[in-house]
Amino acid sequence: MTFNAAALLLLIAGLALIGWLAGRARSNLLAGRAGAKLHSRPQYHGWYVALWLFAPAALFLAVWSSVSPALITNQVLATEAAQSLPSFGFERGAILSDARAVAQGQQADVRLPAAAPLVKPYADASHKYAWIGIAAMLALALAGGLYAFTRIKPDFRARTRVEKIVMLVLLLASLVAILTTFGIVLSLLFESIRFFRLVSPAELLFGTEWAPTSGAPQPDTFGGIPLFWGTILIGAIIAMIVAIPIGMMTAVYLTQYAAPRVRQWVKPCLEILAGVPTVVYGYFAALTVAPALREFAVMLGIPNASTESALAAGIVMGVMIIPFVSSMADDSINAVPQAMRDGSLALGATPNETIRQVLIPAALPGVMGGILLAVSRAIGETMIVVMAAGLSANMTANPFASVTTVTAQIVKLLTGDQEFDSAKTLAAFALGLVLFIVTLLLNIVALRIVKRYREAYE
Amino acid sequence: MTQDDLTIADPKMKAHGVNVFYGEKQAINDVSIDVGTDLVTAFIGPSGCGKSTFLRSLNRMNDTVASAKVTGQIELDGEDIYAPSMDVVQLRARVGMVFQKPNPFPKSIYDNVGYGPRIHGLAPNKADLDVIVERALVRAGLWDEVKDRLAESGTALSGGQQQRLCIARAIAVDPEVILMDEPCSALDPIATAKIEELIHELRGKYAIVIVTHNMQQAARVSQRTAFFHLGTLVEYGKTTDIFTNPKQERTKDYITGRYG
Repeated sequence: MTFNAAALLLLIAGLALIGWLAGRARSNLLAGRAGAKLHSRPQYHGWYVALWLFAPAALFLAVWSSVSPALITNQVLATEAAQSLPSFGFERGAILSDARAVAQGQQADVRLPAAAPLVKPYADASHKYAWIGIAAMLALALAGGLYAFTRIKPDFRARTRVEKIVMLVLLLASLVAILTTFGIVLSLLFESIRFFRLVSPAELLFGTEWAPTSGAPQPDTFGGIPLFWGTILIGAIIAMIVAIPIGMMTAVYLTQYAAPRVRQWVKPCLEILAGVPTVVYGYFAALTVAPALREFAVMLGIPNASTESALAAGIVMGVMIIPFVSSMADDSINAVPQAMRDGSLALGATPNETIRQVLIPAALPGVMGGILLAVSRAIGETMIVVMAAGLSANMTANPFASVTTVTAQIVKLLTGDQEFDSAKTLAAFALGLVLFIVTLLLNIVALRIVKRYREAYE
Repeated sequence: MTQDDLTIADPKMKAHGVNVFYGEKQAINDVSIDVGTDLVTAFIGPSGCGKSTFLRSLNRMNDTVASAKVTGQIELDGEDIYAPSMDVVQLRARVGMVFQKPNPFPKSIYDNVGYGPRIHGLAPNKADLDVIVERALVRAGLWDEVKDRLAESGTALSGGQQQRLCIARAIAVDPEVILMDEPCSALDPIATAKIEELIHELRGKYAIVIVTHNMQQAARVSQRTAFFHLGTLVEYGKTTDIFTNPKQERTKDYITGRYG
């Protein structure tokens, strides 16, 4: 006998169905006998019973499935057979999980001889806790069901209560994403605080030397400015120089000039482009664009031309962002009322003048919001810069030189064998926190602008 | 179709046998009308009768609708406006338009009025533009209300002021004809009265064509009235005749409120 959560969930779902039928039948019966009018239609009474039966039991099931393995292990560890286990480390865990797998029927026989004596205690403990769990769950289900069942009366407001519960479920669902984000922020924050105990925030934010080389003779330095500069150079300058004009022109063409048939084809193509995995862009940047740019730079006689250049990463990132900018601009231009366009054309303005002097200025706030969102995506982008921009923290405005970005450094700091308490590893979290705060602010500003713009046109 | 008593010696615009199609659907069927130079001409008729569609074919605004097709002849000062040699940009500078809903650009009041003169190069320098903007706003009866806040956004004005701003915007290009597509339908009675007063004042300076739902308005502001029904021109004549002594049964039914 093991504890199978899926089967038990089905069981209480079945019970809930019976509860639903019973609740409905009882409300019908009561209404018939008393000759009274029901406040709520019978199925709401059914739902009320079913929810009271299902929800507490399911909640218990969820808690119990996460708690019971620990309870089982504790009981096993308390037995005599467990006293001979190694007291610490990997081996102990391996033996325990081996014994558990056999006890629960997932494998036929033990792989580690030391696990054999633990199989029986494991089986016993599993058995015991499974029964406790099932009994408690059923008790809860029945208690909930009975409580709800006894409350059914003709004037009982089952509908309002069921609707309240439904609203609660919807609320919980919408909180999942928010709470997860909150959790992510907290975990980032705690690791960052550990980092800032070792290195001052001022050094990270304003230091100009980035050299987290643990084990080197000179002490590690964590000055973030070269990384921030590299991120801005690639994500906010080069990528935007590529993406803004091309994205805007794409949007103008698609909204104003393209025949419906062309638009019908080009728009989905652009949207597909937005779905290409960034690693594919990274290959393209590293294998095709970067070498070509280096040759071009050498031809021009530019010093420090590297195969890992800011320009290669920035251009490819800009291309990646084009669909993003063009679709935001497309939406904003389309949101400008047709009346505005007609008004300009009726004054004898050419389509070109209308676009440049009326449509784009009117759409500008929306476009700006879109561009800020695009910037926040570009500076958080990782794969392209890891593959094409390089890892040397240079402070240079030469786009043909190799620079590095915050995201590329995070990857570098966290890959390979690292202890999780060195300043080097913790720096990754602090950088992540900085990145998170910056993109969050950008998004807030962008969404505000977009929202205010939407209000302007109702 | 009775046109016998029409004495328009020198029509500004002449339409002859005009049909307008939206795809397969025919919206206007064989309409012929002359628009007098010094007159206000009103188009009336129930919703969907094609009066706005016909109005929009007078300055080729129907060109912006991909499926629209216009056949027949429309002339401005004897020149076929659908001829290949006609430049639609110049046509619209000569035949201005005011729309149903006020549609000022999200620019300053000054720039709204200055927009047309700027794109047509009517004002070589700022001083000239100032003169044009002031004159247009004065003519539109808006100058006294906005002269101290020309830099404010045109969209911040009230609905009636916005519509007068749109009229000023159209006047600033110095057109010969002004088309008004139900210019008061989004306005309250007081703002409507101001626009009607303005139409009176503009009469004689521009040939004015106004589409309206409101028969009293047509009677008040126009000298000629055309009654459209189901895409055809039922009756066209002096406004006084149309309202006091209609020749067609359908016109009579409409103006006495039997339908529409």
